[in-house]
Amino acid sequence: MELKPLLIANARLLGGEAGSLLVTGGRIAALNPSDTPEDTDTVDAKGQWLAPGIIDFGVFATDKPAFHFGGITRAALMPDSGPLDGAGLVERAAKGGKPDLWVHPIAAATKGLAGAELAEIGLMQQAGARAVATGRARIADAGVMRRVLSYAASLGLTVIAHAEDEGLTAGAVATDGEMATRLGLASAPAIAEAMAIARDLMLVEETGAPIHFRQVTTARGLDLVRAAKAKGLPVTCGITPAHLFLSDTAIGDFRTFARLSPPLRSEDDRHACLSAIADGTIDVLASGHDPRGPEDKRLPFAEALPGMAGAETLLAMGLQLVRDGHVTPARLFDLLAATPAKLLGLDAGALTVGAEADLILINEGAPWQVDAKRMAAWAGNTPFDGMPVQGRVTALWKGGQRIR
Amino acid sequence: MTSATPRPASDYPPGGDAFRHRHLTGIAQLTPWEISYILDAAEEWVELNRSGAAKHDDRLKGLTIINAFFENSTRTLLSFEIAGKRLGADVVNMHAAQSSVKKGETLIDTAMTLNAMRADAMVIRHASSGAVQLIADKVDCPVLNAGDGRHEHPTQALLDALTIRRRLGRVEGLTITICGDVLHSRVARSNILALTLLGNEVRVVAPPTLTPPAMERMHVATFTDMDEGLKGADVVMMLRLQNERMDGAYLPSAREYHALYGLTPQRLDKAKPDAIVMHPGPMNRGVEIDSNVADDPARSTITEQVEMGVAVRMACLDILTRRKRGVPGWN
Repeated sequence: MELKPLLIANARLLGGEAGSLLVTGGRIAALNPSDTPEDTDTVDAKGQWLAPGIIDFGVFATDKPAFHFGGITRAALMPDSGPLDGAGLVERAAKGGKPDLWVHPIAAATKGLAGAELAEIGLMQQAGARAVATGRARIADAGVMRRVLSYAASLGLTVIAHAEDEGLTAGAVATDGEMATRLGLASAPAIAEAMAIARDLMLVEETGAPIHFRQVTTARGLDLVRAAKAKGLPVTCGITPAHLFLSDTAIGDFRTFARLSPPLRSEDDRHACLSAIADGTIDVLASGHDPRGPEDKRLPFAEALPGMAGAETLLAMGLQLVRDGHVTPARLFDLLAATPAKLLGLDAGALTVGAEADLILINEGAPWQVDAKRMAAWAGNTPFDGMPVQGRVTALWKGGQRIR
Repeated sequence: MTSATPRPASDYPPGGDAFRHRHLTGIAQLTPWEISYILDAAEEWVELNRSGAAKHDDRLKGLTIINAFFENSTRTLLSFEIAGKRLGADVVNMHAAQSSVKKGETLIDTAMTLNAMRADAMVIRHASSGAVQLIADKVDCPVLNAGDGRHEHPTQALLDALTIRRRLGRVEGLTITICGDVLHSRVARSNILALTLLGNEVRVVAPPTLTPPAMERMHVATFTDMDEGLKGADVVMMLRLQNERMDGAYLPSAREYHALYGLTPQRLDKAKPDAIVMHPGPMNRGVEIDSNVADDPARSTITEQVEMGVAVRMACLDILTRRKRGVPGWN
């Protein structure tokens, strides 16, 4: 079906200046066009924000209703379910959401994500993988990690690493602190993160290979990343809203929806994360979308599985960062779309002529309340349950096609 | 031995306002006067239990109490069973070993099954921290925590407080040293909460590998030198060292633990001359405590703790079922 040209008029581009945007053939044709083709459909944005569709960098499930609710048009799928360690699996995962959601599978770094033997990264790249990941855990063996980094780099792929030292975190379900002690939960020191980052940064320095720490959540870890960036190392890092808005007090009453990996940190670390997102140390804001049903969550805290359904709340929490003055609207969309696109090597994630017309309209002030019982995601395990938030997606286009 | 004079009833608000909780999941939810309220109530049951042959009070007649123990226990289970029976309740015990838990049924499903059997109170022990709270949130009857993971064991802390109060005449303004595997101990957590709440100085003596993080946030001082930690203590509370901690991961050996952290008569001399020695049982004689300390009736309160346990549990069962029984003022 031939798409008619589309003009989105009267919008605030990236939440900034008023403007319009013309889409033809599923791509962005012009910003503030002076004239438009004859049969153009026009959408009056009525002053709402126009932004690129969110590219959710690191999800654990393909959950289309939740992604579309949250303004996510592309999702980088972590290799853990499967695991995605072969070309066939990657190819199938890549087809998972088309045409209205593009899934970019991330290749498992090692066979079975066991952390021992290299997976067929090159073949998976040919099948559509655009990055490599160590999965929910790091690769314990430094020798294996070194080989993964240099091998992936030779293919132009970034390695997405998990930063927790498995020796320190064995058996732990919380971060050392008053909360874990009062609740009687096994906990690990927060430095487990910085220790893992320190090792991997040395390997990056040695191999020159690019690395992305999917979640850096502690002051010490962020200091290491900041210093490495200053040195010019090819390092980036991300975070989810949970570690920006919640500290380990959220696990009080044994709330398993707040059982995350890495676990929630101290209030001091949370403030360090906010500073790091403001000063540019953190490059990516992602949902970590990991829906878990009652069979995984309605359990005693230590027996519940970690993870949160984050896709629906990602944008609203991001807008809160804007309202709180931590980031500008333009930088928010760098965190949500432009930088993930760059890391994946995609021609998307920005309002630039020629880019894929993955677009969202946002009513940035629309108030709503997060309700775990009424989520679009297939499970409602949100740590933000009950929280009043602002901002929601009112329209979404994937490749110029209106989805909602 | 001095016996504390029970406070006059006018100290407490009337009826249910004296104890507002539906469940007893932990000491963390209690106020100091609520603890005193339970202790005062327990004093009466101590008298009844000592009163000779007829130890029955049938106020819970017709009520069903389920003791659901998902973790093995002999002493606590027996104590709760006796407490329920002395109050005239029908007491049923469910052991994890013979339950459907082993067949893969989830904890919530098991709890809902017990709930459907119309229990009037449930006493629950589980190996996972927070498990009892999880059940309490789902069922219609009062739930008593008989120990959940490393989290809390509130009736143990209450019986310890009662024991101290009866032996030393008060349970405030004392120096109390808790020694042993604090990291894995729910007894230690509940006791720290209860004893600090009642206004005592609480110290913890443990090897660094068995000391929880952020102990200063719980208002206790930590020591690795036992002699130092015992100095001037009124109460020495020993904890049981689980066998699985001695295998090298947390401690080099039982022998070394005894050398550094075992309570010997010489060590006990560092405490006050009339200091009492407590242990929640069962004891590892020759590991955390020497027999001649454990068996010294002038110092050791170990059998008295067991006795107070029944009284405290009777008090808790009575208080928590008052709403159900329609006791005037409790609604």
